[in-house]
Amino acid sequence: MAASTVAAPPAGPSGPDATGRRLLRRLNPGVGGWQVAAATAATVAVALALSALLIAVTGGSPTASAKAMYQGSMASPAAWSTSLLYVAPLLLVAVGACVSARSGFFNIGQEGQVLIGALFGAWAGLRLALPGPLLVVSVLAAALVGAGAWAGLSALMYRFRGVNVVVSTMLMTFLAQQLVSFAVNTPWLLQESRLGRGTLSPQSNPLPEGARIDSLGEYPNLQINGGLVLAIVVAVVFSLALARTRWGFRLTMTGLSPAAARHAGVRVGALGGMALAISGGLAGLAGALLLASPVGTNRLQPGMSLNIGWDGLLVALVARNNPLLAVPVAVLFGVLRAGGSFLAATGVPPFLVDVVKALLVLAFVAPPVVIGMLRKRRRAGEPATTTPATDPAVSKQDAMEGSLA
Amino acid sequence: MSAADNIATILSSGARLTVPLAFAACGEYVAQRAGTLNISVEAMMLGAAFGSIAVASATGSATIGLAAGALVGVAVAFVHGNLSHRVQINTFVVGLVLNALVLGLTSYLITVSTFTGHQVWQVSVPVLRDIPIVGPMLFVQRWPVYLLLAVIPLTWWLVQRSRWGLELRAVGENPQAADVSGIHVNLRRRQALLWCGLLAGLGGAYLAVGEVGSFNQNMTAGRGYLVIAAVIFGAWRLGRTLVGCAVFGLADAMRLALPALGVTMNSQLLIAAPYLLALLAMLVFATAHREPRALAQPFQRGTT
Repeated sequence: MAASTVAAPPAGPSGPDATGRRLLRRLNPGVGGWQVAAATAATVAVALALSALLIAVTGGSPTASAKAMYQGSMASPAAWSTSLLYVAPLLLVAVGACVSARSGFFNIGQEGQVLIGALFGAWAGLRLALPGPLLVVSVLAAALVGAGAWAGLSALMYRFRGVNVVVSTMLMTFLAQQLVSFAVNTPWLLQESRLGRGTLSPQSNPLPEGARIDSLGEYPNLQINGGLVLAIVVAVVFSLALARTRWGFRLTMTGLSPAAARHAGVRVGALGGMALAISGGLAGLAGALLLASPVGTNRLQPGMSLNIGWDGLLVALVARNNPLLAVPVAVLFGVLRAGGSFLAATGVPPFLVDVVKALLVLAFVAPPVVIGMLRKRRRAGEPATTTPATDPAVSKQDAMEGSLA
Repeated sequence: MSAADNIATILSSGARLTVPLAFAACGEYVAQRAGTLNISVEAMMLGAAFGSIAVASATGSATIGLAAGALVGVAVAFVHGNLSHRVQINTFVVGLVLNALVLGLTSYLITVSTFTGHQVWQVSVPVLRDIPIVGPMLFVQRWPVYLLLAVIPLTWWLVQRSRWGLELRAVGENPQAADVSGIHVNLRRRQALLWCGLLAGLGGAYLAVGEVGSFNQNMTAGRGYLVIAAVIFGAWRLGRTLVGCAVFGLADAMRLALPALGVTMNSQLLIAAPYLLALLAMLVFATAHREPRALAQPFQRGTT
């Protein structure tokens, strides 16, 4: 997977029509597409209106803020380049979150896994003396394996001691933060080396040039970083794997009903554990991007995860655990991020963007569930219209939405 | 300073750091017994901390601020309950979004507004405070601490002795059976969440108008997650949960006190200690067999 940065065949001809139609159907199982679209448009409008109201009430100008956000994220190729830099790590985290959520092993420790990935990536980049492209590959591979193993610990704790996965991944986020802080405060680990008499900061040395991921060239000023290509390839690969392979089918079955999957001969613990490790590994790759691509600081720092882990999780939620759908959603979040930091430069508190983001997530997540519920209630009101045989199937679908949305 | 003084200082600061955790843990305990693994407790505490300072600043009364903070907690709980037990969006999703929303909202609002500091009054019991070592810990505290002493038995009684609590535990253990016997499962869960919001709100408000006297950006700094860990650490028993809170509070106090005492200890390890302890406790005691059976499982009529 890591090698695909070098040879980069973009997401191409893989039965786009059929997949697309299937995608649309998967989007809202048992729920009318148009209704959901209309309701979503309405709730998004409400979310944006609330945000504008908030700015106006606190003495700002909503139009000026919106204009600044547009300028910083989409107005020019340079602005788009910044937005796209954020898209890559967000997308990687989101694809991982999709995989783990599909399996029912809900991982919410991405923020820590991003840091662990960066920690391992920094170690590989600074301590291994490898030539050229091998060094980049080793940074990515170390991040992937390290963070995958970190998330795999949660899987082991679940397998052998029944520890709740959500809780363990969450608690391990805090351990990861302290682990990184320890590494960059300890000279024999990764703290920056002393140059002259200057005091040492809690950060690592900058990654050598050879370990960084380059831009793949300039298309009239629009820079596409290698990381973005990697992220999109990963999204397409996992989308196909989930939709078309036996592995993907077993994974989804495990998420929908572990008991049924077990009856069908699926080793639920192993499959879910692998899903967790994959999700952690992809979050780790995002951490490596923060380290090796211009989106981050090229140094290991305690606060370097920039909430990419939390936001990537939100991307997966909005994308309803669909890796392909996560691509446009990640672009939206990247745009919000780039616009947000530009907005901050104009004097508006950057936290406002977090509010807008959270409101938008609610606006995207809620409508399908609400409409599905309303329909079911209507059906329940007139018992003659549904035969008893179809009823459990319908409620099962809605239950799936409830547990995976 | 003598060793006894040092111990007294650490103990009393440990007690002060335990109080907000203990308030919120009483609430989270109820929510989890009802089957909601509520991760928005961080949002409840942070929102309440902000609300309490804002209202205290507006009214000039720290006590009104404390009450307002509790109401903010209830408001967050109301939103969480409706989204996850009425609309039935995944409860972790709701919790994460609420945490992000409240963190963003309070961080934004604090940069565009200014508040004056307020603190609730301190109770200092005349003779008893002179008891060596434990005196300052028990008898020189701000008054909500004594409210906590009432909340703990009340919570215990509600869950273990009242009819409501019996139904609540049934809902957490076996919602299908509870539903069949006529209990409105999702209504009970929403009620448990409201209680959780009230107490988490008190905890967060205590942090702001009791301990610090002002609001800082992200001032709860993960305490809400610690509360969840405490309930798990306590294996879903109230007493052990509170012991867990005390351990976490003491670890926090040690982290602040040890450098001042000249003891060099790895600060990262001390910060991570509560989370590490909670993980180890889960590993060693295999608490999975004691957790409410339906913890974190949504209930919908007719799904099984």
